[in-house]
Amino acid sequence: QTGSVSGKVLDETGLPLPGASVVVKGTTRSTSTDADGNYKLAGLSNGSITLSVSFIGYQTLDKAVSISGNATVNFQLVPDAQKLNEVVVIGYGTAEKKNLTGSITTVGAKDFQKGTITTPEQLIQGKVAGVNIISSSGQPGVGSQIRIRGGASLNASNDPLIVIDGVPFSGKSIDNAPSPLSLINPNDIETFTVLKDANATAIYGSRASNGVILITTKKGGTGAPVINFSTNNSVATIAKKVDVLSADQIRTFVNANPTAAYDAGKTFVSLLGKANTDWQDEIFQNAFATDNNLSIAGKFHGVPYRVSAGYLDQQGLLITDKFNRATGAITISPKLFTDHLKIDLSLKGTLTESHFANDNNNAIANAIQFDPTQSVTANNQFGNYFEWLRADGTLNPNAPRNPVAQIMLRNNNGNAARSFGNVRFDYSFHFLPELHANLNLGYDVSKGAGRIFVPAFAATSFSTNGSSTQSLNTSNNKVSEFYLNYAKDVTSIRSRFDVTAGYGYYDNAKTNYSFNEYSATGVLRTTPKFPFSVDRNKLLSYYGRLVYTLADKYILSGTMRADASSRFAAENRWGYFPSVGFTWRIAGENFLKESKAVSDLKLRLSYGETGNKDGDTVGDYSYLAKYYSNSNTGQYQIGDTFYDYYAPSAYDPDLKWETTTTYNAGLDYGFFKGRIYGAIDVYYKKTKDLLATVNIPVGTNFNNNLITNVGNMDVRGAEFSLNFAAIKTENISWDFGFNAAYNKRKVTNLTLNPDPGSKQGAGDISGGTGITIKYNAVNQLPGAFFVYKQVYNSAGKPLEGVYEDSNGDGVVNSSDQYFYKSPDPKITLGFNTAFSYKKWTISTVLRANLGNYVYDNVSSNFGIKNNILSAAGLINNAGVDFLNTNFTTSQYLSDYYVKNASFLKMDNLGLAYDAGKLFKNSNTNLRITANCQNVFVISKYKGIDPELTDGIDFKLYPRPRTYTLGLNVGF
Amino acid sequence: CKKDALNLKPTNDVTADVVYATPAGYKQELVKLYATYALTSPTGSDNSDIGGLNAGFADFFRLFWTSQELVTDEAICAWGDTGIPELDYATWNTDNQFLRGLYSKSILQITICNEFLRESTPEKLASRNITGADVSAIQRYRAEARFLRAFQYWVLLDGFGNPPFVTEEDAIGKTNPKQIQRAALFAYVESELKAIEGDLADPRTNDYGRADKAADWALLARLYLNAQVYTGTAKYTEAITYSTKVINSGYSLKANYKDLFLADNNLNNTENILTINYDGVRGTNYGGTTFLINAAINADMSPASYGVPSGGWGGNRTRQNLPALFPDPNGTVDKRGIFFGTKSNVDDIGVFTDGLRVTKFKNVTSGGVTPASLNGTFSSLDFALFRLAEQYLIYGEAVMRGGSGGSTAQALTYVNNLRRRAYGNNSGDVSTLSVDFFLDERARELYWEGHRRTDLIRYGKFTGATYLWPFKGGIKAGASLPAYRNLYPIPTADLIANPNLVQNTGY
Repeated sequence: QTGSVSGKVLDETGLPLPGASVVVKGTTRSTSTDADGNYKLAGLSNGSITLSVSFIGYQTLDKAVSISGNATVNFQLVPDAQKLNEVVVIGYGTAEKKNLTGSITTVGAKDFQKGTITTPEQLIQGKVAGVNIISSSGQPGVGSQIRIRGGASLNASNDPLIVIDGVPFSGKSIDNAPSPLSLINPNDIETFTVLKDANATAIYGSRASNGVILITTKKGGTGAPVINFSTNNSVATIAKKVDVLSADQIRTFVNANPTAAYDAGKTFVSLLGKANTDWQDEIFQNAFATDNNLSIAGKFHGVPYRVSAGYLDQQGLLITDKFNRATGAITISPKLFTDHLKIDLSLKGTLTESHFANDNNNAIANAIQFDPTQSVTANNQFGNYFEWLRADGTLNPNAPRNPVAQIMLRNNNGNAARSFGNVRFDYSFHFLPELHANLNLGYDVSKGAGRIFVPAFAATSFSTNGSSTQSLNTSNNKVSEFYLNYAKDVTSIRSRFDVTAGYGYYDNAKTNYSFNEYSATGVLRTTPKFPFSVDRNKLLSYYGRLVYTLADKYILSGTMRADASSRFAAENRWGYFPSVGFTWRIAGENFLKESKAVSDLKLRLSYGETGNKDGDTVGDYSYLAKYYSNSNTGQYQIGDTFYDYYAPSAYDPDLKWETTTTYNAGLDYGFFKGRIYGAIDVYYKKTKDLLATVNIPVGTNFNNNLITNVGNMDVRGAEFSLNFAAIKTENISWDFGFNAAYNKRKVTNLTLNPDPGSKQGAGDISGGTGITIKYNAVNQLPGAFFVYKQVYNSAGKPLEGVYEDSNGDGVVNSSDQYFYKSPDPKITLGFNTAFSYKKWTISTVLRANLGNYVYDNVSSNFGIKNNILSAAGLINNAGVDFLNTNFTTSQYLSDYYVKNASFLKMDNLGLAYDAGKLFKNSNTNLRITANCQNVFVISKYKGIDPELTDGIDFKLYPRPRTYTLGLNVGF
Repeated sequence: CKKDALNLKPTNDVTADVVYATPAGYKQELVKLYATYALTSPTGSDNSDIGGLNAGFADFFRLFWTSQELVTDEAICAWGDTGIPELDYATWNTDNQFLRGLYSKSILQITICNEFLRESTPEKLASRNITGADVSAIQRYRAEARFLRAFQYWVLLDGFGNPPFVTEEDAIGKTNPKQIQRAALFAYVESELKAIEGDLADPRTNDYGRADKAADWALLARLYLNAQVYTGTAKYTEAITYSTKVINSGYSLKANYKDLFLADNNLNNTENILTINYDGVRGTNYGGTTFLINAAINADMSPASYGVPSGGWGGNRTRQNLPALFPDPNGTVDKRGIFFGTKSNVDDIGVFTDGLRVTKFKNVTSGGVTPASLNGTFSSLDFALFRLAEQYLIYGEAVMRGGSGGSTAQALTYVNNLRRRAYGNNSGDVSTLSVDFFLDERARELYWEGHRRTDLIRYGKFTGATYLWPFKGGIKAGASLPAYRNLYPIPTADLIANPNLVQNTGY
């Protein structure tokens, strides 16, 4: 005896919900609602069943139905702010949010940072607890330092693994583009999923120690084509300049020190110019950008598709800096064999064109220190730009170069092209629909080419007649992955099994080509030894996951990955990375099931091991005993002949994986139907066999340093996030998001023979040569500053060269240096809020770092009398800090220059007007936005920006303040 | 895919078997041993063979020079780079990056010489089908490799006393080297130099830039002159024996002192015994003579006239003691005094113009031509590790110190040969000699050539208070240094890395 059940699924306002899923619990029977919200399930056995109706963004609703004949059951769903039944991508599969067992945070398009965002990672800056994203500088398209839980490594990479639609990003840079991620159009991105604990990441094994970011791009639509056009137009202005002495202050200072003279018998006073030049004003500009995107998504003959194109044209703050990007993307998602075979094909292509204004930001450094009493131009042979000359009229080779000339007389153009894509087949077996076979084939190819030309008359390379160089590199990355997934509910024992087992093969190659270098006049200067070299590595993997769910409440999940990397010798090649997690959905217990207050409560406990083998220092062939050839500038003369030769490389044949063990405890919570929700996590990470470049016993290898597996590091931390929909009415909504993270890293060993006194240089400053300010040292934070304790006079002024004799041995020498602070923030905070009234929305994002310190290299290098009155026969400018110290010579290692750089930044302030449907009976939607980025910074730090990727402030390309007007039309 | 698909090889790197496949390969690798003390890296000036040290600092000769000159009365440096002020003051500590660099670079060259010796054993040659005349040529290469190793062990013996000790018996890996004591190291260097004597080329018959018997003897003479310091037992007679061997090998003084330090000093040079060869285009490096020239001048001194139009780093000068040893600081009487500037006194270390600049090294040929240079800074001037004049002075000093086998009359002849070249006539001749005379004469003849610290120690004047110079001990008037500073410390980094090592007394 069979019957059927039918009915309507409505939303909270009584409107039909098309596409809602209706499942007979404990069976594979399911359907979805049509355009009018109707559903029908026929051929059901008579008796009692439970229907479960779900729709993204709504709480799942279960109803018991008694089947006998034709029953009618209607459902009205209530929204779930927490979206517990939203499907989230995880490594090799998906899971419903409420069933997630790892520490996973998703950020969807709705919550992205707004404004002029040219690289994808910027979209989620400040949005995820424990994820720090710092743009390297203000250069257009520049990359960011992404740190999840601070990073688990010292010398190997601390970058997370980024996976786009299942295709892992190789991480190798693309030359002649500002950053690898800048070749991905942020407008094509749907969601970011950040995997933080080992239970979530360990299935990525050896690449997972620093967390994983899964990026899902936008896919096809469901019906008639929807066309979306957006345009963002912005102007970027310099938010803050380095505070330097004015031309009059310099004149006053030089006149007050008239006796200082140098060899040629001239005086400094005679060198003073009459101009009042703000060199920073001369090299910075207001920068315009326009970013236009068009997409069409729909369904064609039942096949969902999306086609998009984007064009970005962005100027940089630095004059002549430019970044152009054209992108195109196509996705189609056909389903064949009555939906048993799903295919996702995605292709993306990007072309970029850049003009890089300056080499290594040297013009920025020189604009800070260039004498403001000189004018920009002069009558001379150096393109009529003022330059410091010697008494005999020739160029002073020790002088800083005119920063405007440095930019204008240098033509550095780069082009990059990238295409990446993948095709994914997901086949649900006809005879066993619970079993899926998934094949994913992906590629990522790119090419970067560039030329640099400096004319012969440019002062920067006057003695060598300018230069003409070119560069080219290509990369070719291939991925193939195959996995089987079996998911089965066994109602008799209230259990669900979800088993995945797979194989992956990854081949990453980058080819660097070498070219002759010429002078600007075409004279050959150097030739390369080899036309090209290929850096290649492969990874071969097996992985598996078992998720066992008991009574919808107790979830045990385990993963295992075995990775073999070409970077290690056959004996050490395989690494095994297990994880296990236990999750208790407390909200599913009877005592909470009926609770009106608690809508979700979930305890997560996990343990896992992950690996790391990436990073420039590790290299692709470090384990091999090999000889490398000299370059053509490294020959040696014997007799009348210049010889080439080979040199043995230092190597460690026993090189192996770095391993990080992570313990994580987390609590996900949701109250009042998800109006308030969030998570708390605490973790402890322990990295052993650190891939670190350390001192080895001298004489045991072909270098005194070696990249080897030495050292241990601990990371402890806690994260908290809270989302609160404070007001949710028809006309007004007000949402808050808040996240906080505490993270502390500590080096616990660095040497083969553990020694508490060992340290390894981790960052040099500019000014002198080889002055190391940051060290990785045992029992310290990585990159801690190693400095002298400054002594101050009663007025609080630092006494030049007077330091504390910390060890009390009567002599002040480098034995008195101590570790003082580090660039690591202790606490990072993120806050965002959006207030909507009818069609208007105002939103803001704020971020704060607490406890991070910066070394003020601008002041320590330029702010001394001997730099202003340079013995090289010229005058330089200094930062205003000079007025505090009045130092004569540089005091680089004084802790005076280590400054508290805690800050609060308003990243974004936006106003949006959502006009909705423009005309009655038309589908045209209009949205107008206005945004300001980098609105303000509050910090005790006096330098240009307290937020730096390496904690040393010297010649930062300033991050602009950007005003954007945007228009979005959909029809 | 196949499992061995994971065995990837670099594009342009090769294995030892490829490198050493042919006799020509052995010659190349011998050149590599010499190149190691001329370059910071085989891949040019931006790279360093030494981990944890800036490439610009990582040159052997620059480090050696710094350890031998900057800590003495002959030189002082204006720069504030970590470790430099403490060397100016001779108050270095165990972390000093330049001392660590020298120690590492010397041992690196030893390690590479060991590798060459492992790859050139008779068994290896046989396995590579190398026979006949090639075998005997390689036999000579091996002797040169052992010479270069002995030279570096002498550097360590002189500077650090008790360094780690590795030979070709110690394979590459992680086994910690044992420490050798100074007297034992002396004996080792001595025995090596004697053992290879027969295999080396006769004096002045080898390729320019390669060691021959004379270089071997010259190092032995230097070693014996300082034997009292190294072992407690004087060997002045042996110093006389070996310096005499060098002197009688057919070398003669170059006519003009200044020509020794000009960029064509590789041509028709009758005085230099073994040089480090530099080239401004094909063998570039910020150390060596590039450093000697550039660090001693600044933009205001017309760098182009020193052959480095883009250069002039404004760092090194001499303290007032050195010019004071000359009849006049302008070099009009004794033409060896080649100084620039007007203010002899160093009042402020940080002011480059305090103290006279030493401008005897120039990247200009005797014909006034500046050799090609990649960046207008790199020098092509070769530097003589050993030259005849030093052997004259060793001979004379050893005679004065009581060694037998020589004569005061002969010593006077040698000394006056040097002084006649310096004065241009016999007006500077001396008629009597004393032990102390040689310390001053060595300064006049050999200043800034990397001898001063060793000389002051041999005369008991480096530490203690018998001789003070400005800023010695960190005080402008000069202060006593404790005796343990006659030796440099084992760098902390290696002391931690290698538990076999014991720190030198006093540190």
